[in-house]
Amino acid sequence: MELVKYLINGISLGSIYAIIALGYTMVYGIAKMLNFAHGDIIMVGCYVVFICMSNLGIGAIPSIILSVVICIALGMTIEKIAYKPLRKATSLAVLITAIGVSYFLQNSALLVFGANTKSFTNVVTLPSLTLAGGELIISGTTIVTVVCCIVIMLALTLFIKKTKAGQAMLAVSEDKDAAQLMGINVNGTISLTFAIGSGLAAIAGVLFCSAYPTLTPFIGSMPGIKAFTAAVFGGIGSIPGALIGGILLGIIEILGKAYISTQLSDAIAFAVLIIVLLVKPSGMLGENIREKV
Amino acid sequence: MAMLTVKDLNVYYGVIHAIKDVSFEVEQGEVIALLGANGAGKTTILHTITGLLTPKSGSIEFEGTDLVKTPAHKIVSLGMAHVPEGRRVFSQLSVYENLKLGAYTRKDKNEIEESLRTVYKRFPRLEERKNQIAGTLSGGEQQMLAMGRALMSHPKIILLDEPSMGLSPLLVSEIFDIIRVISESGTTVLLVEQNAKKSLEIADRAYVLETGSIALSGKASDMMNDPKVKSAYLGE
Repeated sequence: MELVKYLINGISLGSIYAIIALGYTMVYGIAKMLNFAHGDIIMVGCYVVFICMSNLGIGAIPSIILSVVICIALGMTIEKIAYKPLRKATSLAVLITAIGVSYFLQNSALLVFGANTKSFTNVVTLPSLTLAGGELIISGTTIVTVVCCIVIMLALTLFIKKTKAGQAMLAVSEDKDAAQLMGINVNGTISLTFAIGSGLAAIAGVLFCSAYPTLTPFIGSMPGIKAFTAAVFGGIGSIPGALIGGILLGIIEILGKAYISTQLSDAIAFAVLIIVLLVKPSGMLGENIREKV
Repeated sequence: MAMLTVKDLNVYYGVIHAIKDVSFEVEQGEVIALLGANGAGKTTILHTITGLLTPKSGSIEFEGTDLVKTPAHKIVSLGMAHVPEGRRVFSQLSVYENLKLGAYTRKDKNEIEESLRTVYKRFPRLEERKNQIAGTLSGGEQQMLAMGRALMSHPKIILLDEPSMGLSPLLVSEIFDIIRVISESGTTVLLVEQNAKKSLEIADRAYVLETGSIALSGKASDMMNDPKVKSAYLGE
């Protein structure tokens, strides 16, 4: 029963990683860049919800919606100001810019919100589920997190498969020039990708802070790095890869904490990443790069 | 006035002067062949026309619109489709999804359906394989898909970049037959080719490019009998 409990916790944490990983993986797939500021968008999203609920007394749902809207605007603004001018620059320049944006967001938050740790109020009011005669208790937060992850994955898959904008995203991710010849606005498509990723980051942030309720300006960086790991783990650029990578990373982390060592759990998670990349460099569901004839 | 007018075009790749003062015209309904060896600048000209490259100087006018100032993704809705060199089909998407993307800028569902039927009629192989992933098609089928995808935008003019490249002689003939049919159905054709013989057979007029400039131009029938063209491009 202990193991089942840990597995459920792992899936819950992994669901959050998966939602964040989507942002990394979609942006990488389409703009071929690693947006290291993605984790800090999570932090901004959390602060928006915190201020709305604690200082302004707004309800949980409207606060989350506002947070999603602000994060979408923030993500699109960052893309326009920091990344779009570098569209033809080397990938190293873009990477360094992304790290710069990450520090900028962290330090701006430090300036605006202060360094004091804030205590985040859980937005989930759903009661816990008691199973197996009281031996297994699944918290409301866990249920909401996993359901959110499933809904987001399904919605995103349908969006990409069934809508024109989704098909345009696939076309841009494969061949920008050919996509333009079809009349697809490449910059608009990249912007939309950032919008979706940032909106999802806001949701992931709220779920993360509901499970781990300490809020600091640096809260986004660790889940951000881990979600990036999850994206690489599953195969960067692949949406199902983000899901599988996220869930597996969550499970490895929780099991590592439970059975091996609390201090070493992160080291174990990253060690697994290294092993996976040694065996299959493109990640579990990553595409093998094919030579085009 | 000509449908497409290219005037004094100069294009650079960094410091390399790839296209030098190139001017040519395409009249409505014509088949124009742009011939020349590898590296002569044929593909560069097509990429500049459809906005994938920006010229240093010169003008490109299509039915009164200045294409140099038009962003690449707006050009297809003016009625110009470009089948790029090497097909560039979306290899992870199905044949059907590729064709649908060809009609990306069009709104009317019935018209799109009608174009799809026309494309399937012209390329029955594509209908048989409509659910197949494009990357698994043969070279000839991918060329047909690239052409079908371009036709889905219902273009007034179609730019074809080396459609016969890498295909077997039998398929080359098939592709040229299809180009003839496309032209007969009223679409203007600007054809870039290394296969000069086949191109001159279906073209009305032709321009020969040599290292970035136009070396020769004239009626296709005259060129076929021109001793200079014969020795340099037709291998006779």
